[in-house]
Amino acid sequence: MTSSPGVPVTDAPNGLVWRQFDHWRVRWRRTWRGSAVTSFVLPILYLLAMGVGLGAYVDEGGGRESLGGVDYLDFIAPGLLATAVMQTAVGASTWPVMGAIKWDKTYFAMIASPLRTRDVLVGNLGFVAARLAMSAAVFWLVLWGFGVLVMPWAMLAVPVAIVVGMAHATPLFALSAWLERETGFMLVYRVGVVPMFLFSGAFFPISQLPGLVQWLAQALPLYHGVELIRGLTLGRPDLLADGAHVAYLLVWCVLGFVLADRAFARRLAG
Amino acid sequence: MGARPLGQTADRPDVADPPLDVLVHARGLRKSYGQLEAVRGIDVTVRRGEAFGFLGPNGAGKSSTMRMIAAVSTASDGSLRVLGMDPATDGPAIRARLGVCPQDDTLDSELTVRENLLVYGRFFGLSRAEVARRADELLAFVQLGDRAGARVEQLSGGLKRRLTVARSLINEPELLMLDEPTTGLDPQARHLLWDRLFRLKQQGTTLLLTTHYMDEAEQLCDRLVVIDEGVIVAEGSPAQLIRDHSSREVCELRFGVDDHDGVAARLAHLGERVEVLPDRLLVYAADGESVAQAVHDLGLTPRSTLVRRSTLEDVFLRLTGRSLAD
Repeated sequence: MTSSPGVPVTDAPNGLVWRQFDHWRVRWRRTWRGSAVTSFVLPILYLLAMGVGLGAYVDEGGGRESLGGVDYLDFIAPGLLATAVMQTAVGASTWPVMGAIKWDKTYFAMIASPLRTRDVLVGNLGFVAARLAMSAAVFWLVLWGFGVLVMPWAMLAVPVAIVVGMAHATPLFALSAWLERETGFMLVYRVGVVPMFLFSGAFFPISQLPGLVQWLAQALPLYHGVELIRGLTLGRPDLLADGAHVAYLLVWCVLGFVLADRAFARRLAG
Repeated sequence: MGARPLGQTADRPDVADPPLDVLVHARGLRKSYGQLEAVRGIDVTVRRGEAFGFLGPNGAGKSSTMRMIAAVSTASDGSLRVLGMDPATDGPAIRARLGVCPQDDTLDSELTVRENLLVYGRFFGLSRAEVARRADELLAFVQLGDRAGARVEQLSGGLKRRLTVARSLINEPELLMLDEPTTGLDPQARHLLWDRLFRLKQQGTTLLLTTHYMDEAEQLCDRLVVIDEGVIVAEGSPAQLIRDHSSREVCELRFGVDDHDGVAARLAHLGERVEVLPDRLLVYAADGESVAQAVHDLGLTPRSTLVRRSTLEDVFLRLTGRSLAD
């Protein structure tokens, strides 16, 4: 082997996150087709079955009025987008994170290089954000095809969907780095993800729920994502309420990041 | 960096920077995890160009020490300088010049052999062209050139370890750290890996490795410390350790009786020392053959007799009262 005098140090420490670009790019290349197809086919199935099929009954039965004069298809379309980015975020923030700590241990390889635990966390979250962006964009195109988007406000649905996804991703990164065993995920799915999916106002207004459950739904991030995206796709955002929704989602993002940062440091560099 | 006035270091040797050829300088190094004290005050000095080993059983504190030196986990107490820098504050700069070959490979199993190197080299700030050049060179060095496009999950344990070694060399490290490099490998794979590590050493790479195999320590290490329960119990070259802590030869005797202790008492005068293991007796003496003859003359008939040279295993047994495999 030829030897050169030392390793050329090219960029400042804040460039450490970008040094992961090729790592995540190669991983992306292996998975993007599958997730793009899923993001395309799934909303079509949901929109046909629930929006069109079930929607016909809802609209006939006088549901339009209780939904505020909106067709059921228009009502659940944004709800489906919000729940889809939530599910993408959950998928990308649970098993892969635990795997990189417990099974493949690829995080440990990464922090043996100049990268620090926070660089790895930020890099991986960036990868999740990119996946969310692609899923949301494909989903958005399907919604556009169904004619349920009111422009120009609906254009904001994709960037907002990324924030909705990240509000779920960062706390789940913390959880995944904190859990010792994958059995904890089962509990999270059953008592967290599935009820949140069903009762966050994506399929019916949460005013239908008993008071305590309403309060619970409002405490979780998904409800705020559903409300936000619905306002945008229907073309009638409520700036004050939506500002509060965005702020609440950002609190989840930031709090989740702080916890994930601690959990990564403890688990990887303890 | 300006030169320090000579008088200053002479007056205060405790705060003096270690000489430039000292790559690892640890004094009173400690690591605790809650109540558990894994490393309990270790002094280590590793010089440029040498192959230095930590020999000890599982759980002795070797891996914890390695993680501190690799600037990944912080020391609980004591002082540590790696490549002249402080791991607590200069982690990225230190790690840029280290190669780390962990025991459990930590390869990206979804990527190909070559991709693992390409992606990893980028973490060190190397250009794509430079990483590609080094990847091909390193794959040839560890004899994986023909597997460059294979998925990592298809590789055997020996091939994975070779790839991990290649990956740890992508930044042309000054100090290569290997944690149990041949654990779990078959004999052929071990010898190939030893050969590659030996070549690296001849090229001037400093090696720091942990092992619980005494033959590995004897093959690779110029100098080693025997570590047990978080402390260093002996230090020196393999030959020196054997000379200081064991006899030249060992006569191993297996008897078909349960009463090894009784037999041991009758043999005690034949050697410098007798060890009773569950399945055999070890008589330590300068001349093993004459011990074997004397045993025969006593009218004892062991089921088998083996005369061999002392190894580091015997050193460890002497120092800790346990064998390395425990």
